[in-house]
Amino acid sequence: MTQKTVLNETHRRFGAKMVDFGGWDMPVNYGSQIEEHHAARRDCGMFDVSHMCMVDLAGADVKRFLLRLIANNVDKLKLSGKALYSAMLNEAGGVIDDLIVYYLDDTRYRMVINAGTAEKDLAWMAARLAEWQLEVSITPRRSGEDPLAIIAVQGPNARAKVWQVLPQTRSATETLKPFFAATVGEYFIASTGYTGEDGFEIALPAAQADALWQALADAGVQPCGLGARDTLRLEAGMNLYGQDMDETVSPLDAGLAWTVDLAAPRDFVGKSALLAKPQQQQFLGLLLQDRGVLRAHQKVITAQGEGEITSGTFSPTLQQSIALARLPLGVAIGDSVKVEIRDKQLNAKVVKPVFARNGSIVVQ
Amino acid sequence: MSNIPANLKYTKSHEWVRAEADGTLTIGITDHAQDLLGDLVFIELPDLGKELAVGQEAAVVESVKAAADVYAPLAGTVTEVNQAAADAPESVNQDAYATWLFKIKPANAADVDALLDAAAYQQTIDAA
Repeated sequence: MTQKTVLNETHRRFGAKMVDFGGWDMPVNYGSQIEEHHAARRDCGMFDVSHMCMVDLAGADVKRFLLRLIANNVDKLKLSGKALYSAMLNEAGGVIDDLIVYYLDDTRYRMVINAGTAEKDLAWMAARLAEWQLEVSITPRRSGEDPLAIIAVQGPNARAKVWQVLPQTRSATETLKPFFAATVGEYFIASTGYTGEDGFEIALPAAQADALWQALADAGVQPCGLGARDTLRLEAGMNLYGQDMDETVSPLDAGLAWTVDLAAPRDFVGKSALLAKPQQQQFLGLLLQDRGVLRAHQKVITAQGEGEITSGTFSPTLQQSIALARLPLGVAIGDSVKVEIRDKQLNAKVVKPVFARNGSIVVQ
Repeated sequence: MSNIPANLKYTKSHEWVRAEADGTLTIGITDHAQDLLGDLVFIELPDLGKELAVGQEAAVVESVKAAADVYAPLAGTVTEVNQAAADAPESVNQDAYATWLFKIKPANAADVDALLDAAAYQQTIDAA
Protein backbone atom coordinates (compact mmCIF):
# COMPACT_ATOMS: atom_id res chain seq x y z
CA MET A 1 0.00 0.00 0.00
CA THR A 2 1.27 3.44 -0.87
CA GLN A 3 2.19 5.54 2.14
CA LYS A 4 1.69 9.27 2.43
CA THR A 5 3.26 11.96 4.54
CA VAL A 6 1.06 14.41 6.39
CA LEU A 7 1.89 16.98 3.67
CA ASN A 8 0.45 14.88 0.82
CA GLU A 9 -2.57 17.14 0.31
CA THR A 10 -0.37 20.20 0.68
CA HIS A 11 1.83 19.04 -2.19
CA ARG A 12 -1.21 18.60 -4.41
CA ARG A 13 -2.39 22.08 -3.46
CA PHE A 14 1.00 23.38 -4.58
CA GLY A 15 0.67 21.63 -7.95
CA ALA A 16 3.17 18.83 -7.34
CA LYS A 17 3.71 16.00 -9.76
CA MET A 18 3.51 13.00 -7.46
CA VAL A 19 5.47 9.77 -7.94
CA ASP A 20 5.99 6.53 -6.10
CA PHE A 21 9.27 6.67 -4.18
CA GLY A 22 9.99 3.39 -2.44
CA GLY A 23 6.33 2.91 -1.59
CA TRP A 24 5.78 6.58 -0.69
CA ASP A 25 3.60 8.94 -2.72
CA MET A 26 5.96 11.93 -2.93
CA PRO A 27 6.38 15.11 -4.98
CA VAL A 28 9.05 14.77 -7.69
CA ASN A 29 8.64 18.42 -8.70
CA TYR A 30 6.18 21.29 -8.61
CA GLY A 31 6.91 22.38 -12.18
CA SER A 32 10.56 22.62 -13.14
CA GLN A 33 13.03 20.43 -11.28
CA ILE A 34 15.90 22.58 -12.55
CA GLU A 35 14.34 25.80 -11.24
CA GLU A 36 13.83 24.15 -7.86
CA HIS A 37 17.46 23.07 -7.85
CA HIS A 38 18.64 26.61 -8.57
CA ALA A 39 16.35 28.00 -5.86
CA ALA A 40 18.06 25.84 -3.23
CA ARG A 41 21.57 26.75 -4.48
CA ARG A 42 20.93 30.46 -4.93
CA ASP A 43 18.11 31.41 -2.56
CA CYS A 44 16.00 29.04 -0.52
CA GLY A 45 14.05 25.85 -1.13
CA MET A 46 12.07 23.49 1.09
CA PHE A 47 11.60 19.75 0.98
CA ASP A 48 9.13 17.46 2.68
CA VAL A 49 11.27 14.69 4.14
CA SER A 50 8.65 13.37 6.53
CA HIS A 51 8.94 9.97 4.84
CA MET A 52 12.25 9.60 6.64
CA CYS A 53 11.88 8.10 10.07
CA MET A 54 12.98 9.76 13.28
CA VAL A 55 13.61 7.30 16.07
CA ASP A 56 13.98 8.20 19.72
CA LEU A 57 16.28 5.95 21.74
CA ALA A 58 16.30 6.23 25.51
CA GLY A 59 17.52 4.31 28.52
CA ALA A 60 20.52 3.73 30.70
CA ASP A 61 22.12 1.40 28.12
CA VAL A 62 21.57 3.58 25.06
CA LYS A 63 25.18 4.66 24.59
CA ARG A 64 26.49 1.10 24.99
CA PHE A 65 23.91 0.01 22.43
CA LEU A 66 24.91 2.62 19.84
CA LEU A 67 28.63 2.02 20.36
CA ARG A 68 28.07 -1.56 19.16
CA LEU A 69 25.29 -0.90 16.66
CA ILE A 70 26.80 1.62 14.24
CA ALA A 71 30.16 2.01 12.52
CA ASN A 72 30.89 5.57 13.56
CA ASN A 73 31.69 6.22 17.18
CA VAL A 74 29.05 7.94 19.32
CA ASP A 75 31.76 8.51 21.90
CA LYS A 76 32.67 11.51 19.71
CA LEU A 77 29.39 13.18 20.77
CA LYS A 78 30.01 15.25 23.89
CA LEU A 79 27.76 18.28 23.44
CA SER A 80 23.98 18.12 23.57
CA GLY A 81 22.49 18.37 20.09
CA LYS A 82 25.63 17.24 18.28
CA ALA A 83 24.95 15.05 15.23
CA LEU A 84 26.95 12.17 13.78
CA TYR A 85 26.61 10.58 10.35
CA SER A 86 27.12 6.84 10.35
CA ALA A 87 26.51 3.59 8.54
CA MET A 88 24.80 0.69 10.28
CA LEU A 89 26.45 -2.52 9.10
CA ASN A 90 25.58 -6.18 9.00
CA GLU A 91 28.04 -8.87 10.17
CA ALA A 92 29.49 -9.12 6.64
CA GLY A 93 30.30 -5.41 6.70
CA GLY A 94 27.54 -4.45 4.22
CA VAL A 95 25.54 -1.29 4.77
CA ILE A 96 22.07 -1.88 6.25
CA ASP A 97 21.42 1.86 6.22
CA ASP A 98 23.08 5.23 6.59
CA LEU A 99 21.74 7.48 9.29
CA ILE A 100 22.24 10.53 11.45
CA VAL A 101 22.24 10.22 15.22
CA TYR A 102 21.86 13.21 17.54
CA TYR A 103 23.14 13.13 21.11
CA LEU A 104 20.66 14.76 23.48
CA ASP A 105 21.98 13.56 26.84
CA ASP A 106 23.55 10.42 28.27
CA THR A 107 20.25 8.54 28.23
CA ARG A 108 18.65 10.00 25.10
CA TYR A 109 19.61 9.97 21.43
CA ARG A 110 17.56 10.71 18.35
CA MET A 111 18.21 8.95 15.05
CA VAL A 112 17.04 9.64 11.48
CA ILE A 113 16.88 6.61 9.21
CA ASN A 114 15.87 6.29 5.56
CA ALA A 115 12.27 5.96 4.42
CA GLY A 116 12.49 2.66 2.58
CA THR A 117 14.71 0.95 5.12
CA ALA A 118 12.96 2.03 8.31
CA GLU A 119 11.06 -1.22 9.01
CA LYS A 120 14.15 -3.31 8.30
CA ASP A 121 16.31 -1.07 10.49
CA LEU A 122 13.88 -1.17 13.40
CA ALA A 123 13.67 -4.96 13.24
CA TRP A 124 17.47 -5.18 13.15
CA MET A 125 17.82 -2.86 16.13
CA ALA A 126 15.21 -4.76 18.14
CA ALA A 127 17.00 -8.03 17.42
CA ARG A 128 20.41 -6.66 18.45
CA LEU A 129 18.89 -5.22 21.61
CA ALA A 130 17.51 -8.63 22.55
CA GLU A 131 20.74 -10.40 21.62
CA TRP A 132 22.87 -8.04 23.70
CA GLN A 133 20.35 -7.99 26.54
CA LEU A 134 20.32 -4.22 26.82
CA GLU A 135 17.54 -1.97 28.06
CA VAL A 136 16.75 0.71 25.52
CA SER A 137 13.35 1.99 24.45
CA ILE A 138 13.14 2.50 20.69
CA THR A 139 10.31 4.77 19.56
CA PRO A 140 9.79 5.49 15.87
CA ARG A 141 8.23 8.93 15.44
CA ARG A 142 7.04 8.71 11.83
CA SER A 143 3.66 7.42 12.99
CA GLY A 144 2.06 6.55 16.31
CA GLU A 145 0.76 8.83 19.03
CA ASP A 146 2.95 11.89 18.46
CA PRO A 147 4.09 11.68 14.85
CA LEU A 148 6.67 14.14 13.57
CA ALA A 149 6.90 15.75 10.17
CA ILE A 150 10.24 16.95 8.82
CA ILE A 151 10.68 19.96 6.56
CA ALA A 152 14.18 20.71 5.24
CA VAL A 153 14.74 24.38 4.43
CA GLN A 154 17.93 24.76 2.44
CA GLY A 155 19.87 27.50 0.69
CA PRO A 156 21.88 30.64 1.40
CA ASN A 157 18.74 32.44 2.63
CA ALA A 158 17.29 29.47 4.51
CA ARG A 159 18.14 30.68 8.02
CA ALA A 160 16.71 34.14 7.39
CA LYS A 161 13.49 32.67 6.02
CA VAL A 162 13.08 30.28 8.94
CA TRP A 163 13.66 33.08 11.44
CA GLN A 164 11.17 35.28 9.59
CA VAL A 165 8.49 32.58 9.90
CA LEU A 166 9.51 31.19 13.31
CA PRO A 167 11.06 34.19 15.12
CA GLN A 168 10.87 32.37 18.45
CA THR A 169 13.50 29.89 17.20
CA ARG A 170 16.07 32.50 16.29
CA SER A 171 18.00 32.91 19.54
CA ALA A 172 18.41 29.15 20.01
CA THR A 173 19.53 28.50 16.42
CA GLU A 174 21.52 31.64 15.57
CA THR A 175 24.74 30.23 16.97
CA LEU A 176 24.04 26.65 15.94
CA LYS A 177 27.21 25.19 14.44
CA PRO A 178 26.99 22.82 11.47
CA PHE A 179 25.68 19.36 12.34
CA PHE A 180 23.97 20.36 15.58
CA ALA A 181 20.35 20.46 16.66
CA ALA A 182 18.44 22.62 19.09
CA THR A 183 15.06 21.94 20.67
CA VAL A 184 12.79 24.98 20.76
CA GLY A 185 9.38 24.20 22.19
CA GLU A 186 7.83 21.66 19.82
CA TYR A 187 10.47 22.22 17.13
CA PHE A 188 13.61 20.17 16.75
CA ILE A 189 15.81 22.26 14.47
CA ALA A 190 19.01 20.79 13.05
CA SER A 191 21.71 22.46 10.98
CA THR A 192 21.89 19.41 8.74
CA GLY A 193 20.81 18.80 5.18
CA TYR A 194 21.23 16.89 1.97
CA THR A 195 21.99 19.68 -0.48
CA GLY A 196 25.44 21.05 0.32
CA GLU A 197 23.82 24.33 1.30
CA ASP A 198 23.29 26.06 4.62
CA GLY A 199 19.90 25.56 6.21
CA PHE A 200 17.84 23.69 8.73
CA GLU A 201 15.94 20.46 8.94
CA ILE A 202 12.92 21.12 11.13
CA ALA A 203 11.05 18.31 12.86
CA LEU A 204 7.70 19.31 14.30
CA PRO A 205 4.36 17.79 15.29
CA ALA A 206 2.78 16.46 12.10
CA ALA A 207 -0.42 18.42 12.72
CA GLN A 208 1.50 21.70 12.34
CA ALA A 209 3.37 20.80 9.16
CA ASP A 210 0.87 22.21 6.66
CA ALA A 211 0.79 25.60 8.41
CA LEU A 212 4.59 25.83 8.47
CA TRP A 213 4.85 24.81 4.81
CA GLN A 214 2.30 27.44 3.82
CA ALA A 215 4.01 30.12 5.92
CA LEU A 216 7.41 29.34 4.40
CA ALA A 217 5.90 29.45 0.91
CA ASP A 218 4.29 32.81 1.73
CA ALA A 219 7.76 34.01 2.79
CA GLY A 220 9.07 33.13 -0.67
CA VAL A 221 10.59 29.70 -0.03
CA GLN A 222 10.41 27.53 -3.16
CA PRO A 223 8.80 24.09 -2.67
CA CYS A 224 11.24 21.50 -4.05
CA GLY A 225 10.56 17.88 -4.97
CA LEU A 226 12.63 14.75 -4.69
CA GLY A 227 14.00 15.38 -8.18
CA ALA A 228 15.86 18.50 -7.11
CA ARG A 229 16.81 16.81 -3.85
CA ASP A 230 18.60 14.11 -5.83
CA THR A 231 20.53 16.49 -8.13
CA LEU A 232 21.49 18.69 -5.17
CA ARG A 233 22.82 15.81 -3.09
CA LEU A 234 24.67 14.38 -6.08
CA GLU A 235 26.36 17.73 -6.78
CA ALA A 236 27.26 17.89 -3.08
CA GLY A 237 28.79 14.41 -3.31
CA MET A 238 26.46 12.84 -0.78
CA ASN A 239 25.62 9.15 -0.96
CA LEU A 240 22.12 7.83 -1.55
CA TYR A 241 21.28 4.57 0.18
CA GLY A 242 20.17 1.83 -2.20
CA GLN A 243 22.04 3.44 -5.04
CA ASP A 244 25.57 4.29 -3.92
CA MET A 245 25.68 1.58 -1.28
CA ASP A 246 23.54 -1.24 0.07
CA GLU A 247 23.84 -4.45 2.09
CA THR A 248 26.28 -5.95 -0.41
CA VAL A 249 28.65 -2.97 -0.42
CA SER A 250 31.36 -2.18 2.14
CA PRO A 251 31.36 1.40 3.38
CA LEU A 252 35.08 1.42 2.51
CA ASP A 253 34.16 0.96 -1.17
CA ALA A 254 31.39 3.57 -1.05
CA GLY A 255 33.41 6.58 0.04
CA LEU A 256 32.30 6.20 3.65
CA ALA A 257 35.62 5.25 5.24
CA TRP A 258 35.62 8.63 7.00
CA THR A 259 32.49 7.57 8.88
CA VAL A 260 33.89 4.23 10.06
CA ASP A 261 35.92 4.30 13.24
CA LEU A 262 38.20 1.29 13.10
CA ALA A 263 40.84 2.84 15.37
CA ALA A 264 39.00 2.83 18.68
CA PRO A 265 39.23 -0.40 20.68
CA ARG A 266 35.41 -0.79 20.78
CA ASP A 267 33.82 -3.60 18.76
CA PHE A 268 30.84 -2.94 16.48
CA VAL A 269 28.80 -5.03 14.08
CA GLY A 270 30.74 -5.48 10.86
CA LYS A 271 34.10 -4.38 12.25
CA SER A 272 35.80 -7.77 11.94
CA ALA A 273 34.55 -8.10 8.36
CA LEU A 274 35.95 -4.70 7.42
CA LEU A 275 39.31 -5.52 9.03
CA ALA A 276 39.43 -8.81 7.15
CA LYS A 277 38.54 -7.21 3.81
CA PRO A 278 40.10 -3.80 3.27
CA GLN A 279 39.07 -1.36 0.58
CA GLN A 280 38.55 -2.97 -2.85
CA GLN A 281 37.39 0.02 -4.90
CA GLN A 282 37.51 3.81 -4.84
CA PHE A 283 34.43 6.01 -4.72
CA LEU A 284 35.11 8.95 -7.03
CA GLY A 285 33.38 11.54 -9.16
CA LEU A 286 33.07 11.70 -12.93
CA LEU A 287 32.61 14.73 -15.16
CA LEU A 288 31.31 13.87 -18.62
CA GLN A 289 33.38 15.63 -21.29
CA ASP A 290 31.03 14.76 -24.17
CA ARG A 291 27.33 15.45 -24.51
CA GLY A 292 25.02 12.98 -22.86
CA VAL A 293 23.89 12.01 -19.39
CA LEU A 294 25.66 9.64 -17.01
CA ARG A 295 23.31 7.24 -15.23
CA ALA A 296 23.57 4.57 -12.55
CA HIS A 297 24.89 1.18 -13.67
CA GLN A 298 26.76 2.45 -16.72
CA LYS A 299 30.12 0.75 -17.16
CA VAL A 300 33.29 2.80 -16.68
CA ILE A 301 36.39 1.69 -18.56
CA THR A 302 39.71 2.70 -17.00
CA ALA A 303 43.36 1.73 -17.54
CA GLN A 304 43.10 -0.25 -14.29
CA GLY A 305 39.95 -2.15 -15.24
CA GLU A 306 36.20 -1.64 -15.16
CA GLY A 307 34.14 0.34 -12.71
CA GLU A 308 30.49 1.26 -12.40
CA ILE A 309 28.51 4.45 -12.01
CA THR A 310 26.31 4.32 -8.90
CA SER A 311 24.54 7.68 -9.36
CA GLY A 312 24.52 9.97 -12.37
CA THR A 313 22.59 12.96 -13.58
CA PHE A 314 22.74 16.23 -15.42
CA SER A 315 24.06 18.87 -13.04
CA PRO A 316 22.03 22.08 -13.25
CA THR A 317 24.84 24.01 -11.56
CA LEU A 318 27.66 22.76 -13.80
CA GLN A 319 25.46 22.46 -16.89
CA GLN A 320 27.05 19.11 -17.69
CA SER A 321 26.62 15.54 -16.59
CA ILE A 322 28.20 14.31 -13.36
CA ALA A 323 28.32 10.97 -11.58
CA LEU A 324 29.49 9.08 -8.54
CA ALA A 325 31.26 5.83 -9.38
CA ARG A 326 33.06 2.88 -7.88
CA LEU A 327 36.37 2.61 -9.73
CA PRO A 328 39.35 0.26 -9.45
CA LEU A 329 42.17 1.07 -7.05
CA GLY A 330 44.94 2.93 -8.86
CA VAL A 331 42.66 5.25 -10.82
CA ALA A 332 43.71 8.82 -9.98
CA ILE A 333 41.99 12.19 -9.86
CA GLY A 334 42.42 13.79 -13.28
CA ASP A 335 42.48 10.50 -15.21
CA SER A 336 40.52 10.24 -18.44
CA VAL A 337 38.15 7.29 -18.60
CA LYS A 338 35.42 6.04 -20.93
CA VAL A 339 31.78 5.48 -20.02
CA GLU A 340 29.63 3.10 -22.01
CA ILE A 341 26.30 4.74 -22.85
CA ARG A 342 24.11 2.66 -25.12
CA ASP A 343 26.29 1.88 -28.17
CA LYS A 344 28.87 4.63 -27.55
CA GLN A 345 31.92 5.17 -25.37
CA LEU A 346 32.02 8.74 -24.08
CA ASN A 347 34.91 10.56 -22.41
CA ALA A 348 34.81 11.42 -18.73
CA LYS A 349 37.29 12.87 -16.28
CA VAL A 350 37.86 11.48 -12.80
CA VAL A 351 37.38 14.11 -10.09
CA LYS A 352 36.92 14.31 -6.34
CA PRO A 353 33.32 13.34 -5.60
CA VAL A 354 32.14 16.85 -4.70
CA PHE A 355 30.84 19.04 -7.51
CA ALA A 356 29.02 22.02 -6.03
CA ARG A 357 28.37 23.34 -2.55
CA ASN A 358 27.38 26.63 -0.97
CA GLY A 359 26.19 28.06 -4.27
CA SER A 360 29.44 27.46 -6.11
CA ILE A 361 31.09 24.95 -8.38
CA VAL A 362 33.89 23.28 -6.42
CA VAL A 363 35.17 20.78 -8.97
CA GLN A 364 37.99 21.61 -11.39
CA MET B 1 -6.93 18.08 -20.67
CA SER B 2 -3.75 17.33 -22.51
CA ASN B 3 -2.55 19.40 -25.41
CA ILE B 4 -3.19 17.12 -28.42
CA PRO B 5 -3.50 18.91 -31.77
CA ALA B 6 -6.17 17.39 -34.01
CA ASN B 7 -4.08 17.67 -37.18
CA LEU B 8 -1.39 15.23 -36.04
CA LYS B 9 -1.16 11.46 -35.74
CA TYR B 10 0.13 9.70 -32.62
CA THR B 11 1.57 6.48 -31.22
CA LYS B 12 0.95 4.72 -27.94
CA SER B 13 4.59 5.41 -27.10
CA HIS B 14 3.93 9.19 -27.22
CA GLU B 15 5.39 10.22 -30.55
CA TRP B 16 3.54 12.69 -32.77
CA VAL B 17 3.66 12.41 -36.57
CA ARG B 18 2.88 15.04 -39.18
CA ALA B 19 2.50 14.07 -42.84
CA GLU B 20 4.19 16.68 -45.04
CA ALA B 21 3.24 17.61 -48.61
CA ASP B 22 6.49 16.14 -49.94
CA GLY B 23 5.61 12.71 -48.57
CA THR B 24 7.99 12.80 -45.59
CA LEU B 25 6.84 12.45 -41.99
CA THR B 26 7.93 14.83 -39.25
CA ILE B 27 8.23 13.23 -35.81
CA GLY B 28 8.49 14.53 -32.27
CA ILE B 29 7.35 13.64 -28.77
CA THR B 30 4.00 14.73 -27.39
CA ASP B 31 3.31 17.37 -24.79
CA HIS B 32 2.20 14.58 -22.48
CA ALA B 33 5.58 12.84 -22.96
CA GLN B 34 7.60 15.96 -22.17
CA ASP B 35 5.43 16.55 -19.12
CA LEU B 36 6.11 13.02 -17.86
CA LEU B 37 9.85 13.39 -18.40
CA GLY B 38 10.31 16.85 -16.91
CA ASP B 39 13.14 19.21 -17.84
CA LEU B 40 14.92 17.80 -20.89
CA VAL B 41 18.71 18.17 -20.91
CA PHE B 42 19.92 15.94 -23.75
CA ILE B 43 18.65 14.68 -27.10
CA GLU B 44 20.39 12.09 -29.23
CA LEU B 45 19.18 12.16 -32.83
CA PRO B 46 19.39 9.35 -35.39
CA ASP B 47 22.00 9.35 -38.15
CA LEU B 48 20.89 10.69 -41.51
CA GLY B 49 20.04 7.91 -43.93
CA LYS B 50 19.43 5.39 -41.16
CA GLU B 51 16.82 2.81 -42.07
CA LEU B 52 14.35 2.30 -39.27
CA ALA B 53 11.93 -0.56 -38.74
CA VAL B 54 8.59 0.20 -37.15
CA GLY B 55 9.00 0.44 -33.38
CA GLN B 56 12.78 0.61 -33.60
CA GLU B 57 14.64 2.96 -31.23
CA ALA B 58 15.31 6.07 -33.30
CA ALA B 59 16.29 8.81 -30.86
CA VAL B 60 16.83 9.28 -27.13
CA VAL B 61 15.48 12.12 -25.01
CA GLU B 62 16.90 12.54 -21.52
CA SER B 63 15.54 14.65 -18.73
CA VAL B 64 17.27 15.33 -15.45
CA LYS B 65 15.61 12.26 -14.02
CA ALA B 66 15.40 9.72 -16.84
CA ALA B 67 16.28 8.64 -20.36
CA ALA B 68 13.51 7.66 -22.79
CA ASP B 69 13.70 6.11 -26.22
CA VAL B 70 11.85 7.68 -29.13
CA TYR B 71 10.60 4.96 -31.45
CA ALA B 72 10.06 5.00 -35.19
CA PRO B 73 6.26 5.26 -35.63
CA LEU B 74 6.60 3.43 -38.92
CA ALA B 75 9.30 1.99 -41.16
CA GLY B 76 11.35 4.41 -43.22
CA THR B 77 14.59 6.25 -43.83
CA VAL B 78 15.81 9.24 -41.83
CA THR B 79 15.96 12.25 -44.18
CA GLU B 80 16.52 15.12 -41.77
CA VAL B 81 17.25 15.75 -38.08
CA ASN B 82 16.57 18.85 -36.01
CA GLN B 83 19.96 19.88 -34.64
CA ALA B 84 18.38 22.98 -33.10
CA ALA B 85 16.37 20.68 -30.79
CA ALA B 86 19.52 18.81 -29.75
CA ASP B 87 21.23 22.14 -29.07
CA ALA B 88 18.35 23.36 -26.89
CA PRO B 89 16.51 20.33 -25.42
CA GLU B 90 14.40 22.62 -23.22
CA SER B 91 12.62 23.81 -26.37
CA VAL B 92 10.75 20.48 -26.35
CA ASN B 93 9.43 21.32 -22.89
CA GLN B 94 8.41 24.76 -24.09
CA ASP B 95 6.56 23.55 -27.20
CA ALA B 96 6.66 19.85 -27.93
CA TYR B 97 4.80 20.21 -31.24
CA ALA B 98 6.91 23.06 -32.61
CA THR B 99 10.14 21.20 -31.79
CA TRP B 100 10.34 18.22 -34.10
CA LEU B 101 13.16 15.70 -33.74
CA PHE B 102 13.59 13.95 -37.09
CA LYS B 103 11.93 13.31 -40.46
CA ILE B 104 11.59 10.04 -42.26
CA LYS B 105 10.61 8.97 -45.74
CA PRO B 106 8.17 6.13 -45.03
CA ALA B 107 8.71 2.77 -46.68
CA ASN B 108 4.96 2.56 -47.18
CA ALA B 109 3.08 5.87 -47.12
CA ALA B 110 -0.22 4.15 -46.33
CA ASP B 111 1.18 3.01 -42.95
CA VAL B 112 0.43 6.45 -41.53
CA ASP B 113 -3.29 5.74 -41.65
CA ALA B 114 -2.83 3.04 -39.01
CA LEU B 115 -1.52 5.55 -36.44
CA LEU B 116 -3.74 6.97 -33.69
CA ASP B 117 -5.75 10.12 -34.25
CA ALA B 118 -5.98 12.76 -31.53
CA ALA B 119 -9.09 11.23 -29.91
CA ALA B 120 -7.59 7.75 -29.82
CA TYR B 121 -4.34 9.08 -28.34
CA GLN B 122 -6.30 10.95 -25.67
CA GLN B 123 -7.95 7.64 -24.77
CA THR B 124 -4.63 5.86 -24.36
CA ILE B 125 -3.47 8.61 -21.99
CA ASP B 126 -6.70 8.51 -20.02
CA ALA B 127 -6.49 4.72 -19.74
CA ALA B 128 -2.92 4.80 -18.43
